[in-house]
Amino acid sequence: MDLYEYQGKQYFARYGIPTSPGGVADTVEEAVVQAERAGYPVVVKAQVKVGGRGKAGGIKLAADADEVRTHAAAILGLDIKGHVVQRLWVEHASDISHEYYASFTLDRAAKLHLCMVSAKGGVDIEEVATTDPGAIARLHVDPVDGLSTAAASAIVAEAGLHEEARPQAAELLGALYRCYVEGDCDLAEINPLILTTDGRVHALDAKVTLDDNAAFRHPEWEEFAGTETLDERERLAKEKGLNYIGLSGSVGIIANGAGLAMSTLDVVNQVGGSAANFLDIGGGANADVMAAALEVINTDAAVRSIFVNIFGGITRCDEVAKGIVEALGRVDLRSPIVLRLDGTNAEAGHEILSDHVSDRLVVDETMLGAARRAVALAQAGGER
Amino acid sequence: MSIFVDENTTVVVQGLTGSQGRFHGLRNRDYGTRVVAGVTPGKGGTDVDGVPVYDTVAEAVTATGATASFVVEAVTATGATASFVVVPPKGAPGAILDAAAAGISFIVCITEGIPAQDEALFYNRLRRDYPATRLLGPNCPGVISPGKCNIGITSGDIALPGGPVGIVSRSGTLTYQALHELSQQKVGQTTCVGIGGDPVPGTSFIDCLAAFEEDPDTRAVMMIGEIGGSAEEEAAAFIARSMTKPVVCYIAGVTAPPGRKMGHAGAIISGSQGTAQAKMAALEEAGATVALNPTEAGERMVEIVKTLS
Repeated sequence: MDLYEYQGKQYFARYGIPTSPGGVADTVEEAVVQAERAGYPVVVKAQVKVGGRGKAGGIKLAADADEVRTHAAAILGLDIKGHVVQRLWVEHASDISHEYYASFTLDRAAKLHLCMVSAKGGVDIEEVATTDPGAIARLHVDPVDGLSTAAASAIVAEAGLHEEARPQAAELLGALYRCYVEGDCDLAEINPLILTTDGRVHALDAKVTLDDNAAFRHPEWEEFAGTETLDERERLAKEKGLNYIGLSGSVGIIANGAGLAMSTLDVVNQVGGSAANFLDIGGGANADVMAAALEVINTDAAVRSIFVNIFGGITRCDEVAKGIVEALGRVDLRSPIVLRLDGTNAEAGHEILSDHVSDRLVVDETMLGAARRAVALAQAGGER
Repeated sequence: MSIFVDENTTVVVQGLTGSQGRFHGLRNRDYGTRVVAGVTPGKGGTDVDGVPVYDTVAEAVTATGATASFVVEAVTATGATASFVVVPPKGAPGAILDAAAAGISFIVCITEGIPAQDEALFYNRLRRDYPATRLLGPNCPGVISPGKCNIGITSGDIALPGGPVGIVSRSGTLTYQALHELSQQKVGQTTCVGIGGDPVPGTSFIDCLAAFEEDPDTRAVMMIGEIGGSAEEEAAAFIARSMTKPVVCYIAGVTAPPGRKMGHAGAIISGSQGTAQAKMAALEEAGATVALNPTEAGERMVEIVKTLS
């Protein structure tokens, strides 16, 4: 899960990473209250999970309450690359002397943590990596050993941070590593990390991605859960515990297993169609899950046909078949289903479905054949 | 022959007394796998359908001389759970290290939902303290050498013994799909390895490709990858450098949108990294045959196998 900047900064604060004083505002008047509290001048920042906020007019400096009102009114409701701003972060403006970059993430190739530090902060780090790779100092950290103080000091020096910034930056790096490891982050990134004119080093932005698998040991994450940006379909799917991603095509997809679900999207695309979603019902899915999956897809107005692609391993095909029968009785499905059922208990599954096969429930032997039929139905406007 | 496991492999099932452990452990035994013991702390002295249960892996190994371990701590089912919580696979890291400490040389972990920080930690702990131990997974379907040994959750009846094809895959259901495509065409498999879709897999594509290259009975390899990370690109470099046997590849996720996790924790396109297109190009460049869907991969493999004898 990606955090908003303000959530990332609050998360940083738990681990002692210094940030500017500030607060969250959902209205113009709240923005003024936060500005008064933080102390002028302030920066009013749009809270959206997308880059390029500054260029889009989502970050503004304000010297007094009137300016806060003007900027907050302009930014709230602003559409930044399809993300509508609903929340602001208002913080005391820093006098910046220099901008740096620091991050921790997993290097999947080396199977070690990767620390990156650069004296060229405040810009897109991927761009720095291509145009000036030498400007980024990299350090692999073995999780068994952790990050030593000596290694932290060495990398801030190697990255060319200004002499006066180095001791604080090294200490901050230690805190960022703790946040990354103990805080179960996939990514903990500060860009820019700044040195102020009065010689303090702190985080001016926060980009944090949490590892959803670690939610069980972080009850404090619950406060982030309600703030995810999901579309209506994704919200419903999440409620039902389904692994769903909304897309824009006309063939609804249900498959078991992430790989098969991805592959189903690909095959639908190859035979000239487009998928309305990614939906993995997971291993061992039962009739209830199958019925819920069909319900979610049924709410998507763009869907014209539904391709159910199951290869039973842990998942039993008879359970899947029961779920489809149950859903047919429970939900008024707008679109026809094309079903491909293979693997564990496939025969029993086909047996259960045999009385229900019609032009609304088509069975095909192979994945490719089923994809072709689902696409043909979608293009013929399968909706009743 | 086969890689990693064969008819002589003896298996301890950690978590045998749980519902998933019992189901899959006994299913593996029914397939012919030599399941010699189960481990569940606190349940030592009991048995599961005749398989003795011990409190610790060390005890089980001493008593039975088992060489492989099958860690069934928790299989996360995407059932009617609350939206934000996954079934906590808290015990898996400890179980893996216990198995390694007990001298187990091959550990299969099917547990889904282990935090990446835990995976990175136990991977490096194993690499340092138990270099002779191979971990397969976590979050993988396991390994099957058809007719000899099946450790994991793969349905044994979709595999066909006798070779000549080795399969290695990052995805569970696509592994079954690959087995199915080949078996239907009467092309057998030496070993089929599911390495799992997590960010820090214990066994990599390269480990499997190298083992297949060494295995005299494996004549060709099918490799199934997916978006995210750079494991396929690394495999491509290995294929170009060291593989003499033909390799047919399929990469899932050509149409996956960037920035979204496609089910597997490891399946995410970050920036311009990890796209299916880049992986396919690298594999093609390396001399592998790249198919656009699992069916086509099966067909291309059948053509290649015909030219082998």
